[in-house]
Amino acid sequence: MKINSSNTKLSRRAFVVGTTAAAGGGLSLGFHMPAELTTARAQTANDGVEVNAWVVIKPDDTCVIRIARTEMGQGTKTGLAQLVAEELECDWKKVTTESITPGQNLARKREWGEMGTGGSRGIRTSQDYVRRGGAAARIMLLQAAADQWKVPVGELTVSDGIITHAASKRTTSYGKVAVAAAKLEAPDSKSIKLKDPRDWKIAGKAIKRLDTADKLNGSKIYAIDVKLPGMLCAAIKDCPVFGGKVRSYDEAKIAGRPGIKGVLKVRESGVAVVADTWYRAKSALEALPIEWDDAGNAGHSDATIAAHLRGGFDAATNNGDRRNGDAVQAIAGAAKKVEAIYSTPFLAHATMEPMNCIAKLAADKAEAWVPSQNSEASLAALSEASGLPLNKCEVYRSDPGGGFGRRGGSQDYVHQAVAIAKNFPNTPVKLIWSREEDMAHDFYRPISQAKMAAGLDEQGNLIGLHVRISGQSINAFSNPALVSGGKDMRQLQGYDVNPGEAQLGYAAPNMLIEYVMRNTHVPVGPWRGVNTNQNAVYVECFMDEVAKAAGKDPLEFRRSLMGNFPKHLAVLNAAAEKAGWGQPLPPGIHRGIAQFNGYATYSAAVAEVSVSDAGKLKVHRLVLAVNCGHPVNTDQIAAQCEGSVAYGLTAALYGECPVKDGSMASLNFDTYQIMRLAEMPKVETVIVPTCDFWGGIGEPTIAVVTPAVLNAIHAATGKPVRSLPLKNVKLV
Amino acid sequence: MAKLNINGRMHDVQVEPETPLLWVIREQVGLTGTKYGCGVAQCGACSVHINGEIVRSCSISVGDVKAGDQIVTIEGLSATSSHPVQRAWAALDVPQCGYCQSGQIMAAAALLQKNPKPTDKHIDEAMTNICRCGTYQRIRAAIHMAANLPVGG
Repeated sequence: MKINSSNTKLSRRAFVVGTTAAAGGGLSLGFHMPAELTTARAQTANDGVEVNAWVVIKPDDTCVIRIARTEMGQGTKTGLAQLVAEELECDWKKVTTESITPGQNLARKREWGEMGTGGSRGIRTSQDYVRRGGAAARIMLLQAAADQWKVPVGELTVSDGIITHAASKRTTSYGKVAVAAAKLEAPDSKSIKLKDPRDWKIAGKAIKRLDTADKLNGSKIYAIDVKLPGMLCAAIKDCPVFGGKVRSYDEAKIAGRPGIKGVLKVRESGVAVVADTWYRAKSALEALPIEWDDAGNAGHSDATIAAHLRGGFDAATNNGDRRNGDAVQAIAGAAKKVEAIYSTPFLAHATMEPMNCIAKLAADKAEAWVPSQNSEASLAALSEASGLPLNKCEVYRSDPGGGFGRRGGSQDYVHQAVAIAKNFPNTPVKLIWSREEDMAHDFYRPISQAKMAAGLDEQGNLIGLHVRISGQSINAFSNPALVSGGKDMRQLQGYDVNPGEAQLGYAAPNMLIEYVMRNTHVPVGPWRGVNTNQNAVYVECFMDEVAKAAGKDPLEFRRSLMGNFPKHLAVLNAAAEKAGWGQPLPPGIHRGIAQFNGYATYSAAVAEVSVSDAGKLKVHRLVLAVNCGHPVNTDQIAAQCEGSVAYGLTAALYGECPVKDGSMASLNFDTYQIMRLAEMPKVETVIVPTCDFWGGIGEPTIAVVTPAVLNAIHAATGKPVRSLPLKNVKLV
Repeated sequence: MAKLNINGRMHDVQVEPETPLLWVIREQVGLTGTKYGCGVAQCGACSVHINGEIVRSCSISVGDVKAGDQIVTIEGLSATSSHPVQRAWAALDVPQCGYCQSGQIMAAAALLQKNPKPTDKHIDEAMTNICRCGTYQRIRAAIHMAANLPVGG
């Protein structure tokens, strides 16, 4: 991050003007706005001074750390603040945060970098420049004190925001020198020497989250809670058959219902009812007769989609592969062959806060309140849908009530909200999706099947592995330009040859892993963990089948293939050791193990399960081992591991989105079941950091949860589980 | 027209009697700590207390609330987040996204009101709200912790 002093001064004024306008734009006290959008920023404008883009200091020594990434539960806000505070050397007890808006970021030439928060990148791809931001502010604050005392800056020390000149026994605080510091030239960012992480005092520790208090008393304002003067509410129903359109609707049937302000067709495929309250809009919409044009897609079902995918196993060409040796020939000539077909279903994100967006359009200003994982994508969607240039648009942020990949690039709800609000100029309109709409119109985790084959020699050594995955492509749906020359390696996530992001941790003399694209009419997108979850199930469960055929212990068999993958192996060993792999278990309890690498982080799990004589499964314990490189907050890493077990197990036990007559058949939690507390196993997290890289933590550990559990079931019953969810599988 | 006693205050609301209590609390009364998650009494994000009993407010119509019923929402659980459940939740950093936590806290508070020292099995039976972030392990630990905290301390 290069900070240009004069530019900073100029843009700081723009920033203050911008925020004052935002705070004063009819958003007075009494209306529900996220605290960070009003109080914190207003205080910044009033009594704080911006030392640089990341750090605002108040006279009472409060350090306001600016956050660009989205906090949606994963702890990134606290982690980023720790990294800034570590270099800033401020008093952690006096740290607060505020979220910058995409309009502010745009106005300052993206000084805060990328705002999009997905791919477990929130910390790992911004850690360097936020730490430099904290360090630059510290350097300026110290220089200001040195200038004031007329002593060399090298004679000063700082701790907890208190600057000391030992020789003259003088002390001052950040709050007292911030105004002078802000006037100084910023140091060259590249020349800043960051702390050795071994010297960290705030980062790397199990520090409490900064954002807990208002989640305990109902005062946290999510986007769905925002109230604005004169606001209307909208409910929407889009054609249940994907790709279909509205043919007609009979508005007369809901005439005279209380509070109705309008009934509208939205973007050809949807119908919205706008009313004074959301419940009135929603109940009127439910009573509205709508005729749909299904665009010829009503014939699609689970059976047709499964057959379509199965056809991919026989396709003559593929859409991307990695290969060494000749796997097909090696397996054909092997002493022992193992074959299996696995499948995983479509899944919905089902964030607890349903999709929603408030849009307010004026002739020369478009505003939206969006729970977004990518506020810049929200801003772009607002501009595109409103027809106003980006600099006349602004998106106000509130932390989403769950994201899991649903609130990233697509921003469909922003487009809808703007389309509706165009009919009500100068009036904020809040669009909320019902849970049923949320389930009917997700961007689902793509469906796939995997044909697995392995060959063993006489000694039970793996001589050939062939994986062919047939399934839907996220890129083909959302960004076809990424499917270059018909190749789409994204669907093979976790099977990379090269280390760094998502490397397969096994070697075999002959290996072919290939992807065959089989797209459907169902919209797909990234679902927490994206393709690592399915790909880990395929390779890790099959590995147990192969180990069994080889007559070897699943852990020992894996170890024999992992000589070139010390980081994968170390994490696997850590999980095995903590879980007591190989040691006796109570009667009826069985273990399974799995490892995978995704989002640069290495994960392994050992599951302990029992299966009753009647086939009832209980998952008792999961040990997760993780190496995410530099751990920033060990308690939040544990929290993400715990949460990943619930997210992964929910999918393993219950998750499926059946397609019937071209549309989704499971539309609420009565059929799209979510794991409850009673089913939560005991989770133990072991962090084994190597501190030589930066890995993600929001997603990677999900991938190992399901295969570890399925392998434990295999150990318990003697039968492999090859399709999900488990609720459809007879275990005994 | 309904008269509702919410958090010890009377509210006169003009609304169709079939409107779910959840939406009256959120839209007419203006207390938004009680969340919408499913509308069919599955997720528990809308949990409130009515006369000390846990109720999923999305599935009771305001017309079925009786005169004199005492409704308590998350905003009324304590004045300063001092309820033992809230203190335990803070001590263990239970929330992730936080959206379901109002309902989880109300469910836990109702459990402890009836059963001050619940076992794991009691917690399993009482805590059926959905958390999509998967904070269940900490919820369980926090309920045990809250059971050992002094009330109002």
